[in-house]
Amino acid sequence: MADMSTGWQQPLIAGNKSLAQVTADVCAPLERRGSVWWWAAFLPAFSVLLVGTAAVSYQIAVGIGTWGLNRTVGWAFDITNFVFWIGIGHAGTLISAILFLFRQKWRTSVNRSAEAMTIFAVICAGLFPVIHMGRPWLAYWMVPYPNWRGPLWINFRSALVWDFFAISTYFIISLVFWYVGLIPDLATLRDRVRPGWYRRLVSFLALGWNGSYRVWHRYEVVYLLLAGLATPLVVSVHSVVSTDFAVSLLPGWHTTIFPPYFVTGAIFSGMAMVLTLMLIARKVMRLEDYITVRHVEAMAKLVLATGSLVGLAYAIECFTAVYSGNNQDYFTMLNRLRGPLWWGYWLMVLCNVLIPQFLWIRRIRTSFFAVFVLSLFVNVGMWFERFIIIVTSLERDFLPSSWADYVPTSIELATLAGSFGLFFTCFLLFCRFLPVIAMAEIKGVLGGAHKMIGSNQP
Amino acid sequence: MSRRSMVASFEREEDLIKATRAARHHGLFIRDAFTPYAVHGLDEVMGLKRSRLPRACFLCGLAGVIAALWFQFWVSAWDWPLDVGGRPWNSLPAFIPVTFEMMVLLGGLGLVFAWLIVCRLFPGKSVSEPIPQVTDNRFALVVEETDQPLDPKALEQLFRDCKAVTVEVREEIGAN
Repeated sequence: MADMSTGWQQPLIAGNKSLAQVTADVCAPLERRGSVWWWAAFLPAFSVLLVGTAAVSYQIAVGIGTWGLNRTVGWAFDITNFVFWIGIGHAGTLISAILFLFRQKWRTSVNRSAEAMTIFAVICAGLFPVIHMGRPWLAYWMVPYPNWRGPLWINFRSALVWDFFAISTYFIISLVFWYVGLIPDLATLRDRVRPGWYRRLVSFLALGWNGSYRVWHRYEVVYLLLAGLATPLVVSVHSVVSTDFAVSLLPGWHTTIFPPYFVTGAIFSGMAMVLTLMLIARKVMRLEDYITVRHVEAMAKLVLATGSLVGLAYAIECFTAVYSGNNQDYFTMLNRLRGPLWWGYWLMVLCNVLIPQFLWIRRIRTSFFAVFVLSLFVNVGMWFERFIIIVTSLERDFLPSSWADYVPTSIELATLAGSFGLFFTCFLLFCRFLPVIAMAEIKGVLGGAHKMIGSNQP
Repeated sequence: MSRRSMVASFEREEDLIKATRAARHHGLFIRDAFTPYAVHGLDEVMGLKRSRLPRACFLCGLAGVIAALWFQFWVSAWDWPLDVGGRPWNSLPAFIPVTFEMMVLLGGLGLVFAWLIVCRLFPGKSVSEPIPQVTDNRFALVVEETDQPLDPKALEQLFRDCKAVTVEVREEIGAN
C-alpha cells in the first residue's frame, strides 16, 4: 500500500516523455536495421531451434524409443518440459489480466512482451504432448468430431482431455487478448512506417482503427471483460495441468495440494522468465526509461512472494507424507529427499526457496544484475521441480523388481534445447517486428491521466 | 446532403475534455472524439451510454456452458456410454473443467467478435482519420451540424479558448 501512495508521485516512466516521444522510442527499434545485439541473439537461438527440429524429426521418424523412457518411467523429459513451459506462460496472463484488474499501472511497461511470452511459451508447451503421442499426425483425434470409428468419442472424464481443452482455450484467449491490445499500436505503426510490405501488413491487421473514442469506449469494456475471463482461466489451466498428476493414484502425485501448488509455481517461474527477458530487452532495445527500477522491484517482490509460497508447498508435501501414515507416500518422499535424484531435489529447494530469500534485501531487489542472476536460478529450479515431481514418483514403483532409473538421451536434451530455441526465436522476431511496449497504454499513464476531471457531469 | 462538421485538434487530453464539455454545454452534437489512447472520463463528458457488450459476453459464455454440458452428457451417457473406472454415465463433476473452458472460450471470442461488428472494424478497412497524428500525439473533436446550423466563427472562438491547435470546417467527415 505504501508503494501505491508513493507511486502517484513517482512517474512510472522516467525522462518526462511527451506522447510523440513515446511513439518514437517504442517504434525506433522497428524502424532501424537489426542491431548487432539482435543478430547475436537471433542466430544462436535459430540454430538451436534447427537442432531441436532435427531431433524432433528423428524421433517422429523412428519413434518414442529414441527417448530414455523405460517400463516404469513413462513420463519424463517431455512432460517436464510441457509443465515448465505452460508455467512460464502464466506470468504473462498474471501481468496482463490479474494486475490489470488490480489497477497496477506499472504493468503497462511489461504487459505486451509478457503476453507475447505467454503465447510463445504455450506454443512450446503444446508441442510436447503432441510429440509424446508418438503418432503426432493423429493429434486431431483429441478433437471430438463425428468420425467413422463408431463414432468413438473422447473420454471427458479424463484429466488429459481436460488438459487439451484448457491449453487450447488458454492459447486462443491469450492470443486474442494480445491482439486486441495490439490493434491501437498497429494503427500507430501504420500511420508512421514507410510504404511497403510491412505497412500493408500492419494496415491489414489494424482493422481500420482511427482512434475514434466511440471505439475506445467499447475497447475498454472488451479489455476489462477479457481480463476478467483470463483471470479464472489462468488459474484453471495450471490446476487442470496438475490434475494430470493429482487424479492418478501414484504416491507423490495423488495430493489435493497440487492445484494451488502448481498455480503458484507457474506464476513464480513465469515471473522469473519475464525478469530474465525484460532485463535483456531493456538493454538491447534501449528501453531503460520504460522498464525502470520500480518495475523490476515490483516483479522481484512477486517472485519473492510466490517463491515463498512454493517453499510452503514443499513443506506441506513433506508434512502430508509423514502425517498421512501412508507407507507409500512416506517412502516416495524419502526417495525424493535422498534417493537417486536427491541432488535434483535439493537443487530445486536451493533455487526456488533459499536463493529468492535474498530478495528481502532492498539493495539486491533494486540491482538489475543481481535480479537477473537470481531469475536464472529460479528458471533452473522450476524446471527441476517438475522433473523431480514426475520422475521420482515413477522411478520407484510399487514393485521393487520394476524399479528403474531414468537417464535422458541426447535426443531428449536436443528437444529441450530446441524448445528454448523456438521460444527465443519467436520472442526475438516479436521484438523486431512489433512494438514491445504497449504505446497506447503507456500514454495513458504518462501523467495527467490520474489528475483527471472528476465525475461532475457537464 | 452533406452535413457540415467542425474538427478541432488539441495537444493535451485536458484541453480535449474541456472543449468537449463546452461543446455539450452549448448543445452541439458531438460526432466523435479521436484520441491516441483511452482517455479516462471522456465517455462521461461525451455522454456515451454504457456499452451492452457485457451482455453479449454473458450470452456467449452461457451458450458455451450449455453446449459443453449437453455435448459431454450426450457423448458419455447417451451416444456411446463407456464404463471408465466404474464412474456413472453422467459424471457431472468430471465435466466441469471442459464446461468452464468452453464458457471462457465462447464468451471471450463472442465478446471480441461482437465488438468488432459493433465498431465496424475489419481487416483491410480503409482508414479515415480527421487529422493526422491522431494515433500518435494529437486529440481531435468532431462536432456535427444538426437541424441547427453551425456558427463557425463562434465555435472557432470556443475551441480556441480551450487551446485548440487547429479548427477547421469540413463538409463531410468519413463515417464512424
